[in-house]
Amino acid sequence: MNHPVQAAKFLEDKSNAKWHDETLWFVRDKRDLSSKSIPEWEKLRELASGIKDNVLSNLDSYLVEFEKNAIKNGIKIHWAKDAEEHNQIVLSILKEKDCKAIVKSKSILTEECHLNPYLEENGVEVVDTDLGERIVQFLNQPPSHIVLPAIHLKKEHISEIFHEKLQTEKGNNDPYYLTQAARKHLREKFLAAKMAITGVNFGVAETGEFVVCTNEGNADMGVHLADTHIACMGIEKLIPKREHLGVFLRLLARSATGQSITNYNSHFRSPSEGKEIHIILLDNGRTKQLGREKFRNSLKCIRCGACMNTCPIYRRSGGYSYGSVVPGPIGSILSPGIDLKKHSTLPFASTLCGSCSDVCPVKINIHEQLYEWRQEITKAQSSINAKSIAMKIANGIFSTPFAYKISGQIMRGSLKILPESVTYSNLNTWGKERDLPELPKQSFKDWYKNKGNE
Amino acid sequence: MSINKKVGLFIPCYVDQFYPNVAISTLELLQKLGCDVSYPMNQTCCGQPMANAGYERDTLATTQHFLDTFESFDYIVCPSGSCVHHVRDHAPCIEGKETFQKDIQHKVYELTEFITDILKITDIKGTYPHRVGFHSSCHGQRGLRLASSSELNQPVFNKAKQLLANFEGLEWVELSRKDECCGFGGTFAVTEEALSVQMGKDRLQDHISKDAEIIIGGDMSCIMHLSGIASRNKQAIQFKHIAEVLNEAII
Repeated sequence: MNHPVQAAKFLEDKSNAKWHDETLWFVRDKRDLSSKSIPEWEKLRELASGIKDNVLSNLDSYLVEFEKNAIKNGIKIHWAKDAEEHNQIVLSILKEKDCKAIVKSKSILTEECHLNPYLEENGVEVVDTDLGERIVQFLNQPPSHIVLPAIHLKKEHISEIFHEKLQTEKGNNDPYYLTQAARKHLREKFLAAKMAITGVNFGVAETGEFVVCTNEGNADMGVHLADTHIACMGIEKLIPKREHLGVFLRLLARSATGQSITNYNSHFRSPSEGKEIHIILLDNGRTKQLGREKFRNSLKCIRCGACMNTCPIYRRSGGYSYGSVVPGPIGSILSPGIDLKKHSTLPFASTLCGSCSDVCPVKINIHEQLYEWRQEITKAQSSINAKSIAMKIANGIFSTPFAYKISGQIMRGSLKILPESVTYSNLNTWGKERDLPELPKQSFKDWYKNKGNE
Repeated sequence: MSINKKVGLFIPCYVDQFYPNVAISTLELLQKLGCDVSYPMNQTCCGQPMANAGYERDTLATTQHFLDTFESFDYIVCPSGSCVHHVRDHAPCIEGKETFQKDIQHKVYELTEFITDILKITDIKGTYPHRVGFHSSCHGQRGLRLASSSELNQPVFNKAKQLLANFEGLEWVELSRKDECCGFGGTFAVTEEALSVQMGKDRLQDHISKDAEIIIGGDMSCIMHLSGIASRNKQAIQFKHIAEVLNEAII
């Protein structure tokens, strides 16, 4: 995947790109208002970051504590080292229960594992029950945003999809009407499902419970109607104590959508009688990332999506331009750790403006990690390419005042004498939609020297 | 006033080559404010373009050269937040010279923060009868914290705008997006050309739709990008570096 190419394609439809930018800016605006309504906001961020630092430094012992307490509560724990193992575990539980259909609430982790296609290949019907996820599922698309999966689609488009899939009235774009149709459709799926899958927002080590946050209540609907609940959880999702939810739940909702609190923050501790709860704890590269000192901080992420909403690049290029499960700034520091070559353009899809780091509720230094990934990527790429040779020459020029002076003169000189067709040709990307500055007669250095300074 | 300290003028390479007037204004302004300023002729580039492109390791010689050039000054002042951010926070560590390098890094200041924080001057008087938009450059704003950031819950401040607070006739326009990036981003401007240009157009539109006549900024790299787009699209808005505005005001 090449981000610049995808971004340029996205920008071809100017009005759609503008709409996308403004829609997400609206969410960022709501987040600003909400975060500024509580005076202790920055202190909360500091606390959350500190708690996550503690978790990452003691992840091994918190995981053991969590497992011990969860088992005590009657939950079954599974450990998966990678996506394949994770998916096999899910399938084995399904087979054990002779189950052919599941309902699934939003879980980026199952996207990461490509669980849906795996289960479908094995004859299992998967129904995503989050409205946005259901919409993109109808289109066979992945989510384009981790909190707002169908944010790239307008209501007119959704109306068309629903007309085709749910036989709604053609051309009826009324959001209420469309939501009611989805609600009715999903009710049937909920009632029929024997098994429900959810993600996990927070696992509490001291109690062995976990918390799932949704605005639609779809996780609860699925879980309470099913006999078996499988919770898929990344090993970094732990917090030490229940009281720490007081920090994280306040940050999460405000950062994600500007709400004071997510509509449903559901705590799951023990299965009801006759029912089962399974938790699959997934590594899939997380311990590797934990071992990378410069990048371990990325594991603090609570998946609020605020860095996407604020990112001037994401807003103008859309989630799909990243070609990674988690798009946007956080995705651009997580994905290279999984496949450096495939995601090599992502850390460069940024101006390093730093807005992502300032908006992040757990204070991940996202833009600094983007900078660090750039260093790693150029090292991994062959040293014999045009760009790296140009950089070595530049280093030679800039460490030698004379060479710098000569090259500056040549640059200013040639810009003056070359015909416009050359400087503004396609080779000159700068000049495609931008004029060059008017060239001064002399550089500052020359001026300073002519004033009698040496 | 005089601070009796030697100030080394650090002029970004592209300002030296393309915007000598910004460098001259910075020099004259600092002199008017009582500083003993000189420009070490041997200076070249700080290495930022290479480092941000992922070649920090290839800037060792450039960084070493920078340190040698500015070694003898009490302060090093530069009319670009971006270059200062690089020298302070990103330049590669020169092995065996860590303390020497840290000492120099602590002496490097962006122009407006040098005036507000070191010279402690806040009441420059002037006349500037224009509707003005301020362009906050990200590396200065969020990298050096020259201004509050709209993402953070903190008191609002802006060191550059603070210096113009007593200018008669100056009317700031209120932007819809106070500190959104303009899309320059160094090599980003060419590697992500389509995005870069769109971001620049959007930033310009924010100023133009509020009837700004002039955009003032603290980093000519962003201004080069924005003015390049405005010029291509025959947009009449003008651009100034804050050093030029301040220098013209003080006689």
